[in-house]
Parts: sequence; C-alpha cells; structure tokens
Amino acid sequence: MIAVELSGIWKRFPGVIANSNINLIVEQASVHAIVGENGAGKSTLMKILYGMQKPDEGTIKVNGTTTVFSSPSDSIAAGIGMVHQHFMLADNLTVLENVILGSEPKRGLSIDFTKASNRIKEISDSYSLGLNPDDLVSELGVGDRQRVEILKVLYRGARILILDEPTAVLVPHEVDELFEALRGLKSEGITVMFISHKLDEVLAIADEITVIRKGTTVTTLNTKTQKVTAEELATLMVGSELPTPETRGSTVTNRVVLAVKNLRVESGQVKPHVDDVSFDIHAGEILGIAGVEGNGQSELVEALMGTKLSTGTIFLNGVDATNWSTRQKREAGVAYIPEDRSRQGLLLEAPLWENRMLGHQSQSPNSNGFLLTPKAAKADTQRIISEYDVRTPGLDVLASALSGGNQQKFIVGREMSGEPKLLIASHPTRGVDVGAQAAIWDHLRDARARGLAVLLISADLDELIGMSDSIKVLLRGRFVADADPKSVTPQELGNAMTGAKAVV
Amino acid sequence: MKSKRILDALLAPMVAIIFSVVLASVILMLFGANPIETFSKMINYAATPRSISLILNSATTYYFSAVAVAIGFKMNLFNIGVNGQYRLATAVGALVAGALTFPGYISIPIVIFVSMLVGSLWAGIAAWLKVYRGVSEVISTIMLNFIAIGLIAYLLAPSMLGVQTAENVVGTPVIPESGRFPGFSIPGSQVPVYGMLFLAALLGFAYWFILNRTRFGFDLRSVGQSPSAAVASGVNVKRMTMYSMLLSGAVAGLVGLPLLLGAQYSFTVNFPGSYGFTGIAIALLGRNHPVGIAFGALLWAFLDVSSQILDLVGVPREIIVIMQGVIVLSVVIAYEITRRVKVRRQQDAVGKATAVAQ
Repeated sequence: MIAVELSGIWKRFPGVIANSNINLIVEQASVHAIVGENGAGKSTLMKILYGMQKPDEGTIKVNGTTTVFSSPSDSIAAGIGMVHQHFMLADNLTVLENVILGSEPKRGLSIDFTKASNRIKEISDSYSLGLNPDDLVSELGVGDRQRVEILKVLYRGARILILDEPTAVLVPHEVDELFEALRGLKSEGITVMFISHKLDEVLAIADEITVIRKGTTVTTLNTKTQKVTAEELATLMVGSELPTPETRGSTVTNRVVLAVKNLRVESGQVKPHVDDVSFDIHAGEILGIAGVEGNGQSELVEALMGTKLSTGTIFLNGVDATNWSTRQKREAGVAYIPEDRSRQGLLLEAPLWENRMLGHQSQSPNSNGFLLTPKAAKADTQRIISEYDVRTPGLDVLASALSGGNQQKFIVGREMSGEPKLLIASHPTRGVDVGAQAAIWDHLRDARARGLAVLLISADLDELIGMSDSIKVLLRGRFVADADPKSVTPQELGNAMTGAKAVV
Repeated sequence: MKSKRILDALLAPMVAIIFSVVLASVILMLFGANPIETFSKMINYAATPRSISLILNSATTYYFSAVAVAIGFKMNLFNIGVNGQYRLATAVGALVAGALTFPGYISIPIVIFVSMLVGSLWAGIAAWLKVYRGVSEVISTIMLNFIAIGLIAYLLAPSMLGVQTAENVVGTPVIPESGRFPGFSIPGSQVPVYGMLFLAALLGFAYWFILNRTRFGFDLRSVGQSPSAAVASGVNVKRMTMYSMLLSGAVAGLVGLPLLLGAQYSFTVNFPGSYGFTGIAIALLGRNHPVGIAFGALLWAFLDVSSQILDLVGVPREIIVIMQGVIVLSVVIAYEITRRVKVRRQQDAVGKATAVAQ
C-alpha cells in the first residue's frame, strides 16, 4: 500500500524555484526520512503536503486518491498530521486539555471529559506513548511534550504523520524513546515522514530515505535492502564529502586564559547544580565538557558569564574576574554562544543589524560607549552574513524570519567578531546542517590557532571528541572523569557520562 | 523603500480611524443626525483660531503623559501611576513656584526640575518595590495614585501649606507673574498657546534620540523585547527597570506643568486628574513612537475640542468618547494584524531568498 505519492511537484517563487520535479513514494506503515541541507526545499515540500502552500504543478495522491489541499484542515481531513519542531502546547493545561483543545468532544453544552480521557488513554496505550491525560504539561520533559504533540494529531485521526526535525530539541536518551514510540506507531499501521539532517539518526530509524538536493529529489534509498552509510548520504546531500570535526595538531600554549577554582552554584536543594568545579583553559585550547544534559552544564556556563550567582574564583588572563558583571566580562573579550538561541541569543523582533549589536552594544563597531554607530554595525553585519553564509535577503529582516540554522550561524559569526580571548560555546552547531557545521568548525579552528581559548559544551559526541584538546565529563555537577580525545570513543564517553564507568 | 515603510506604519492607524469614523457615523444616524454634516461642523469648529490654540494646548499635556507611559511600555512596564505622579509633582512644583520670587529664567527651570524629581521619586517607590520585592508595578502604581491624592490633600490643607483660593477651594498660593511660563498667541485667538509646547517637541526628540541612538536606549529596548537575551548580553535588568521607571516618573512630572505655568497659576484640589489614562491610550495609538504619539495627541485633542460643538447641533457629546475608545481598540487590533502580516511577508522573503535557484 502506498500512503503518499507525490509526482512531478514544482513550486516556484518569483525568481527562484523551491521545488522542481519532486517525486516521492511513501509506503504505508513505514518510517520515511527526508534529508537535505538547510534550504534544500524540505520545508516547502512539507508545507505543500500539509496544505500550507499549493504546488504550481504536480499531483498529490493520498492512499491512492488524487487530492488537492487548499488548507491544513483539508490535509487533516485526509488523515495527515504535522508535528512541528516548536511545540504548540499550553503549559498550564493538562495533557487531556491540550489534546482536545480545538476539537472538544461535546455532550450537550459541556465537554465530555470522560470520553476524551478514555480515548487518550486508549491511544497512548495502543501506541505505547506512556502519557497520562491528567498530567500538567508544565511538569513534563521535552520528550514527553513531543509525544503529546504526536498524540494530538493521532487524536484528530491522522494516519500519516509528518515530523519536522523532531530530534533537534531532544537529548540522546529522549531520541531513543522517540524512536521507540515511532516503531510502535509503525507497527500499528501509521506512516511516519521524518525530516532531519542528522544522518546517524535517520539511518537508525528510517525504512526508506529520500535525499533532496537543490529542490529536487535526488534518490530514494531502502535501508533494508541496501547498505547505506552516513558518508554516502552526506555525499548525496551536499554533493561532497562529509566533514569531520578534527582539530589537526595541537595549538595549546601554556598561557592560562581562564582559571576557575572551586566554582559552586547552589540549587536551593541539598545537591548543588555545580559542585566545587576547578579547571584551567589555555590560549589555543579547546576544553570540551561532556555530560548528559541537565548535569550542571547550563549553570556552569551561566556562572562563568556572571548571569547566575556562584561562589569560588574566576580568573581571566590572570586578573580576578570573580565579581565582574556580564558586561565587564564581555568587554574583556569573553564571547558567548548561549544554549537557547531564540531566548538568550537574539532579539527575535529586532532586525539583524540590531542583533549584531546584542551582547556587544558597548563595543566597536556597534557603539563608541555612549552613542550607537548603526552605520558601522550594519557594515559589520554584512561581513558576518557573507563570511558565515547566513542566508538572508538583507540585514533589515527580523531575526525571527531566519531559519534556526541561519540564526545559529549568525550568532556564531557575531561572537567570533573582534578577536575574542575566550569563547564559551554551548552547542555551537545545534540545528545547522553538515555544510554549515563544517564552516563553523573551520572558523573555530582558525580562531584557536590564533590563540582563542574555548569552553565547548556539546551533546554531539563526535563534535566534542573531534574538536577538543581535552575533555572533562560532568556528572551531577561534578567532574567525574577526564578523557583523552585522541583515544576515547563515543561509546566510552557515553558510558562515563551516565556514570557507568570511568575512562582513562 | 523608505516611503513604503512609512506607508506600512500609517496603514494600521488609518484603518483604525476609518473604522471608528464609520462606527461613529452609524451611531450618529441612530441618533437621527446626519454624519457628514456633523463631522463637517466639527472640522469647521476645530479650524477656528481659538480651537486650534485649545487643541495645541491639550495636545501638549497629552504628549508629556503619553511619552511617560511609552518609556515604561518600551521596557514592558505598565506605569498606570502617571496620574498620581504628575498630580503630586504639580502640587509640589506649584508650592515651590509660588514661593520663588526669582526672575523666570531661574525659577521656571527650578520648578521644572523639582516637578520631575518628585514625579520620579514617586515612581521610584514602585520601581523599588518591583526590583527588590517583586511587586507588580501595575498594582503598586495604581495604589500610589490614591496615596498621592491623600498626600496632596494633606499638604494643601490651609493649616499646612495651602490657602483658600478665589473659587473657594483649597489650593496653592498663586504663582507670581515672573514664575509663569510665557506663551504665544495665534492671530484671531484670545487663548494663548502654552510655551511648553516647544519643551514637548524637545522631549520627543530626546526620547527618540536616547532610545534609538544611545547604548542606554538599546539596553532598555533589549530588556523590553527579551529579558533573557538582555541578561545574556550583559544588561543589568534590575538597574534598567529602576532607571526606566524613574525616567517615566520624571516625564510624568511634566504633565501638569503646561496647565499650571501657562493658564491656572495655582494647583487646586480641582486640578484635572486623569491625563495619565489618556496618555496610555495615546501611547498605544502612537505605538510608543515620538512622532506617532504627536499625531495621537493631536487627534485626541482635536476630538476633545471639536466635540464641544456637538451639544449645539443636538448630538450627545459622549459620542466622541465612544469614538476615542473605538479608535484605541481597533488600532491595537490593526497593529497586531499588520505585525503578523509583516512577519509572514518577511518569512516569505527569506524563504524565497534562501530557496535554491535552478
């Protein structure tokens, strides 16, 4: 049975072609991945399938019948559901209330909560989503919230799910849980379309993989009958070799840039967030911090930046910076790539050139200390856009209009401006595609060679091992192990992160 | 490009005004009046030199009030306490002005400074409560309005600093000739225009300049747009909250001065007391932009003044209040719609620019 068949889909915007001659066949009860670089046309294609945009040419067949979607409600009626990357849930409502919101079962004038609750339990059990209808969404973790989103579309009768970059917001064990849930869905006859650019994940879950490059479908691979590797996929995606995050040769000097002693961040509970952590970073050194998310990384970074109260001492280039404000640290050459780019890294409602100033508003080229210098800031924004390949029509667009990957490239470009001495980078390549990831790595390596000290926090173990000169493992707020990036494997590092076993 | 941007900015308020004119016309017809005739009478009446003077005077007062509110809005602070701040500031300013016998160029700046200081200190209480005790400024500023009224009544009691005025109410001693802010006249009008009109224009420029051209203004706007991003960028949010509330209060301290120093020369317990709420409406109308607020203040003043004629043509004057309400409501909705359209349009533009050309 074929669930979805797209043939000869074209979508043109004035001057450009977003999709050209897309042909795609998705088998029922399978997981079909769609991979491609940022801007390859994946999103446009999914918008067409979900009825948010109309194709200029081509036909869409759902379960064998040709259909025309003029709005998402048409595609919902045809049994297609979309789970967006960003969750649309009301925190202060329960799972039940969130799921029925907008399609409440009525009994007379009142809502039939019992019926809805039973229905939700039934769906949750039959697809093993493990959700309780009465839990408050605000008390759920990210992985659970995502399953609530999935439940929402299943509740509305979807048999074909589109998941847009579902793993972007998840930590490794949540990814495993999601994949478990997706396998459950598949076995119950649900079709899953899975959009991603994380190739190892795609290989782990997909039955078939369609590669999109420059707006057109390049090929479809079957992981059951063909042996596919991540390298081959990447080559198909970008038309070139998969970049590796290797730092090639040591540039570590003996000049200490950051010296942290006995840093402690209280949590208000018995166990502090960060528990007596001490380390040095030298000029030209990248120190990687490995750890399962939530083990004190965020608090460590915030304490170093001065946005969270801490005890202990912090020396920057030999000067006591323990009591410096965030701005003093920034002015002293500390660059900061925050973990949550839309909340901490950008003013979403401000134009790009104003975002160039953010965090550096007291320094050249953005201001002379008192007055802003918009002309110089704009010129420098243009430089970042071209050096970091930020895909944008101009520097006056609002930051919120850019895709996540391009926002990230912009932030990295901004923070690498003006020869920083120390870079504190949380997940610097999160959400960017392989090509852009390689470019960011190159920029980091160049800066490191010029003497930049880097504190690197990443959930991507290959990145951590490839980029770092040394690695420390953070578990429950403490450094529990050191790892040598030259010899450690991701498996060993993963074990150390969960406290299973120490590494050398 | 530039003219297109201006057109974009004007679209929402124009739509809102047209909508409210249509609605007002419907109401006028329900009252049996001819809308076109009524509106043309209003416009004719407003075009007389006397009305123009009155409109400029009201607009000056409204402008100060709206800028005070807008400074708070830029930081996501809701200063509902402009009423209390300006009344207390004007009362103290009037007491100081009444006591000073220096020439105007010395006493007037002193009075302006004292009023701004008092407004700012009164707002500072709410700022302190917010920063150090986490009290919402919406609650504290509105409560402080009532305390201000009580405090003024206490200060103006004849046993304290006040006197019985000519109208047989309690007020401050009359400000001597030398302490009055000179105005100017429009030919054909008996009503002088407040000289503080120019101070309002100056304030508008300073507001724009500080907000858009200084680092301080950038810090302030960044907190308003995203407190978490501002913190990460090195802004001290508590300090900015303090500063902006103090600034808002200082500007609020100016609200009563045009009337005090330009027309009444004494602060009485009958001094108008609700310019602060008008300021909220006008700040919304003008989208916190100095030029937008100027147009908003003029429109509001025009409606206020021209409504005087309605009684003479047999239409209840309250219809103008309805119209003002409708304008504010519809302008807020229209701004939100145009904002969404703009974001959508930009996302499309980005989509097109980043989609791969064949």
